[in-house]
Amino acid sequence: MKNFDYDVIVVGAGPAGSTAARYAAAGGAKVLMLEKDRDVGYPVRCGEAVSHEGVAQFIKPDPKWIASSVSKFRLIAPNGSSVLPKLDGGGYVLERRIFDYELAKLAANEGVEVITKAYVYDLLREDGKIVGVKTLIKDQKVDIRSKIVVAADGVESRVGKWAGMDTTCHIRDMESCAQMTLSGIEVDPDVLDFYFGDEVSPGGYLWVFPKGKDTANVGLGLSVEEAKKKSAIKFLHEFVDRKFPKAAMLTHIAGGVPCAKTNPEIVKENVILVGDAAHQVNPVSGGGIISGMIGGMIGGQVAAEAIINGEISHLREYSKRWHKRLGWRHDIFYNIRNAIGNFDDKTYNNICDSALKLPEDKRTLGGIFRAALWNQPSMILDVARVFLS
Amino acid sequence: MPQPHLMIHIVPGKCDYCGCCVGVCPEDAIELMESKIALIEDRCTNCRKCVWACPWEVIEFHREGVDHLPKETPQIINEAVKF
Ligand SMILES: Cc1cc2nc3c(=O)[nH]c(=O)nc-3n(C[C@H](O)[C@H](O)[C@H](O)COP(=O)(O)OP(=O)(O)OC[C@H]3O[C@@H](n4cnc5c(N)ncnc54)[C@H](O)[C@@H]3O)c2cc1C
Ligand code: SF4
Ligand code: SF4
Repeated sequence: MKNFDYDVIVVGAGPAGSTAARYAAAGGAKVLMLEKDRDVGYPVRCGEAVSHEGVAQFIKPDPKWIASSVSKFRLIAPNGSSVLPKLDGGGYVLERRIFDYELAKLAANEGVEVITKAYVYDLLREDGKIVGVKTLIKDQKVDIRSKIVVAADGVESRVGKWAGMDTTCHIRDMESCAQMTLSGIEVDPDVLDFYFGDEVSPGGYLWVFPKGKDTANVGLGLSVEEAKKKSAIKFLHEFVDRKFPKAAMLTHIAGGVPCAKTNPEIVKENVILVGDAAHQVNPVSGGGIISGMIGGMIGGQVAAEAIINGEISHLREYSKRWHKRLGWRHDIFYNIRNAIGNFDDKTYNNICDSALKLPEDKRTLGGIFRAALWNQPSMILDVARVFLS
Repeated sequence: MPQPHLMIHIVPGKCDYCGCCVGVCPEDAIELMESKIALIEDRCTNCRKCVWACPWEVIEFHREGVDHLPKETPQIINEAVKF
């Protein structure tokens, strides 16, 4: 840290922050990334599943951060029946403590400076204008100036609020999550398992994502509206006691996923939000690694353009490009999420039964969806409501 | 409106510092660092959203003067994050 003046300060070194920093620096900006934790990439609060296509657009898949390559997923209905469709293009269960680190290295290679144990506790203002951030770096107060601030501070984001954007996630949209990494168990290293139903996660789902053949991330998320009645940790303990009573617990974490539409405001003056901070998670799957990186990439590119042009108002372009690329889809997914949230056990069982009647090569996600519609006429109403609302 | 006879208490030793509670707090009333968490009491309206959101049931709800409040620890924690 030779100089305290930057073009862009990125708060948070998750996938969205590192990607924003990388593209801002590649576009010609002088960038500093600040991370409150001691290590980039740790602790891991994530099921770690991504598609090959999603990840490969940013970084070449590397065995050192891939715990399992997966080619199928299994949907398990409340009555125990299941379908095992193919995963188009394949996917991975990551080793995020290494993956996030590699993303930060890609940013560093573009010239980004990185400081860990650097907690941002407020925005720095002069004459009412935001001119940087106030930080606590290894317990020392340090003010750092920048022309643009990128808030990539995750589900716990506060930077946007300080800039005057309301980023509070409605409790109906927040998924309250608990996960354990279990070892000494038997899993199919090639398959992502999803369990549905009131017993495991009412309105949400429980996942078993393999990391090799004897280890897996086992976790679940449920809307805070549901968690009011029974917490995520209780559901998880019950499932693990039933299904993997002898497992060794390697990690045990809590977490939150904002499964909402994109935040109404993601740009304000010289501050932009990316990743979970901007609510850029896919609202149906709860996956936010790739979509956060896409948000980060667009945000970083636009920030660099704004610096090079000397036009901070150009940042508004970020919101337009994000909505054109993914935001519009997330709006539709959000409506689907609300329809799925109302499914009861019977609906899930019926969907599974009708999918099993399909020839094996038709058991894709689209095929299952169509079969479900055909065999479950009431769902047509739900889906019509989804697409018409 | 605040309910003066009820108050939120975050049990710091039990917390995983995951941020789910911060994400739903409408008042920006929770300070969360790498391994410290504290309630900014004068902002909190006791709406309970953080209590429901916490996956680990770490946030407790106390009736002032009725339930026992373990005051010591949170005060030390609050001190540590005052700017
Ligand atoms: C249990 C669980 C399972 C999940 N499973 C999947 C999955 O299988 N696949 C998938 O794609 N997604 C999954 N997600 C979602 C995914 O983890 C997130 O969407 C993704 O990590 C978002 O990236 P981000 O960079 O926006 O935020 P984060 O990865 O959360 O990074 C934010 C960073 O900002 C730092 N920070 C916060 N505040 C400050 C501050 N004031 N000062 C400095 N630094 C700060 C934090 O320490 C953190 O490192 C899961 C989430 C959870 C909770
Ligand atoms: S009770 Fe409401 S206002 Fe108080 S900390 Fe919790 S969520 Fe925030
Ligand atoms: S939601 Fe619970 S575990 Fe997570 S930071 Fe808040 S109090 Fe701690």
